[in-house]
Amino acid sequence: MDAALRKKYWRENLKYLAILLSIWFLVSYGFGILLVDELNTIRLGGFKLGFWFAQQGSIYVFVFLIFIYVRLMNKLDKKYKVNE
Amino acid sequence: MGIQTWTFIIVGITFALYIGIAIWSRASSTKEFYVAGGGVSPLANGLATAADWMSAASFLGMAGIIAFEGYDGSVYLMGWTGGYVLLALLLAPYLRKFGKFTVPDFIGDRYYSNVARTVAVVAALFVSFTYVAGQMRGVGVVFSRFLEITENQGVYIGMVIVLFYAFLGGMKGITYTQVAQYCVLIFAFMVPAIFISIMATGNPIPQLGFGSAGEDGVYLLDKLNGLMTDLGFTAYTDGSKSTIDVFFITAALMLGTAGLPHVIIRFFTVPKVKDARKSAGYALLFIAILYTTAPAIAVFARTNLMETVENTPYKEIPSWFTKWEDTGLIAWIDKNSDGNIQYLPGDATEGKPIFIDARGEHGQRRISNASNTANELYVDRDITVLANPEIAGLPNWIIALVAAGGLAAALSTAAGLLLVISTSISHDLIKKQFAPDISDKKELLIARLSAVLAVIVAGYFGINPPGFVASVVALAFGLAASSFFPAIVMGIFSKRMNREGAISGMIAGLGITTYYIARFKLGWIGDPENSTPNDWWFGISPEGFGTVGMLFNFGIALVVSRFYAPPPESVQDIVENIRIPSGAGEAIEH
Repeated sequence: MDAALRKKYWRENLKYLAILLSIWFLVSYGFGILLVDELNTIRLGGFKLGFWFAQQGSIYVFVFLIFIYVRLMNKLDKKYKVNE
Repeated sequence: MGIQTWTFIIVGITFALYIGIAIWSRASSTKEFYVAGGGVSPLANGLATAADWMSAASFLGMAGIIAFEGYDGSVYLMGWTGGYVLLALLLAPYLRKFGKFTVPDFIGDRYYSNVARTVAVVAALFVSFTYVAGQMRGVGVVFSRFLEITENQGVYIGMVIVLFYAFLGGMKGITYTQVAQYCVLIFAFMVPAIFISIMATGNPIPQLGFGSAGEDGVYLLDKLNGLMTDLGFTAYTDGSKSTIDVFFITAALMLGTAGLPHVIIRFFTVPKVKDARKSAGYALLFIAILYTTAPAIAVFARTNLMETVENTPYKEIPSWFTKWEDTGLIAWIDKNSDGNIQYLPGDATEGKPIFIDARGEHGQRRISNASNTANELYVDRDITVLANPEIAGLPNWIIALVAAGGLAAALSTAAGLLLVISTSISHDLIKKQFAPDISDKKELLIARLSAVLAVIVAGYFGINPPGFVASVVALAFGLAASSFFPAIVMGIFSKRMNREGAISGMIAGLGITTYYIARFKLGWIGDPENSTPNDWWFGISPEGFGTVGMLFNFGIALVVSRFYAPPPESVQDIVENIRIPSGAGEAIEH
């Protein structure tokens, strides 16, 4: 694989990381901690929304993020023919 | 059949299973011993990682901590799961591609330095020993609660079991026993949770149940908030920690999780880079089942406790209360002599209750160290999970199952840690530093002997826990966050990072974190008068300081690295190579 192609592959990988980690930060540190009081004024059934993100929602999102990452990377690997 | 008999039967069956797996999966080479031959499927590795990760503290302790801390307990829920996102995205696939056996292997090779390797070995040993002592103690505690033996006898039994499969099978034996242990522990955790959720709200899914309403039509969380604020507690869904502290503790736990060697090495056991990514996803999925149920159990248990005991005459209390009082995990002091239990904010006793051999006028056990708050009730947090099945009136075999689950959680984590310890000794120290020419067979023998040594040392710490063990979990996470995480991330994402930068970063991060915890948590350094929570830097508690240590590590490494030459060409090629998934093959043998 030549250097230019490697660089492109790496750039796309970093772009995915930036997007996914922003979501990771937003649901935990954002919704669950920094904005928790504001979100607690909204209700989700018996839950206050901020509390729900801190004890439930962020964990669900974490699981999804990893599986989305797996999908994205599998596709990217195929595109650059670096899959096994 | 009684609880005792059931416990003997169920614990006996699970132990026989673990030993059977150990015999079936004996290791015959160092590669099998260190990384299970690199042939574990992503699903099996996900299950094993989940069992490896969830310790006695997750299984027995976490729901209790959340029940008593409410929103503040979220730091553990987010912190101990969010780290897996970092692992999956930033570390696991690249370390798998790198394809060696240990974390110090990566640090030593990437930073072309035996000094860096040694710093990593010392940190790995320290983190793992700190952690394993607590696990061995956990085994002892579970045994002593459910079978009538002492905690120390429990530790001995645990040592023999762990030794058996760690000695025979190494990583291979440990991996497949962990798969079995995950199944045992998750079943034992979920069955009582589902029953209690049905009892409290009619909803069989605990994750939804604690956001539902009870028979009276009031949402459970609103009811609990009301009960608590009426008595002067902070509302359950509000915290009492500062926002900055919650932020930093959560971050330290996440970064620490991603930097713990016994978790990282699990990703060396799968065949391909793609499998490493996928198994991180499975691992978090299996962990999330327990971690999203724990806060539900916490709410059910806390509501139940508040409703059952507050202002109830001691004479009318349910039998589980007096049973746990007999074991010393509950204590009641009739401070205002009205015969009723008053459950109010503040500690009822000065530290853990000290029972004297006498009964009060209502038949309660008397204690000698009552505090001067109005609160009359002491409740040990571990009760939350342990007493759940009894409170819900579940059959005896389920109570026995919880014992087996607690043991599975403690044993699986202990085994994973012991492997890191034995590998650090036989591979990173002896093979890499002192005797590079030894044969594979000899190294395997040394690895097995190191495992024996590690079990004995861990057992010793389990029986004679150093006074600081309870508080050093903060240290383990803080040190992992401030040393391994930045060093590995920079090793992958910065080609320019060199030996000088990485070593000074690790030492700075470790140094400042150790200093802060030694001063503010352990009280070993500095004037105690200037080391109160009011003196915390920026209001960050020692538990959250690993995050600051991590920032220090990054900052210093980046600055120092600019003053020295970039890494040699061969090392830059390693970095180029680990960024591309293809050609991982099997873990490289040396």
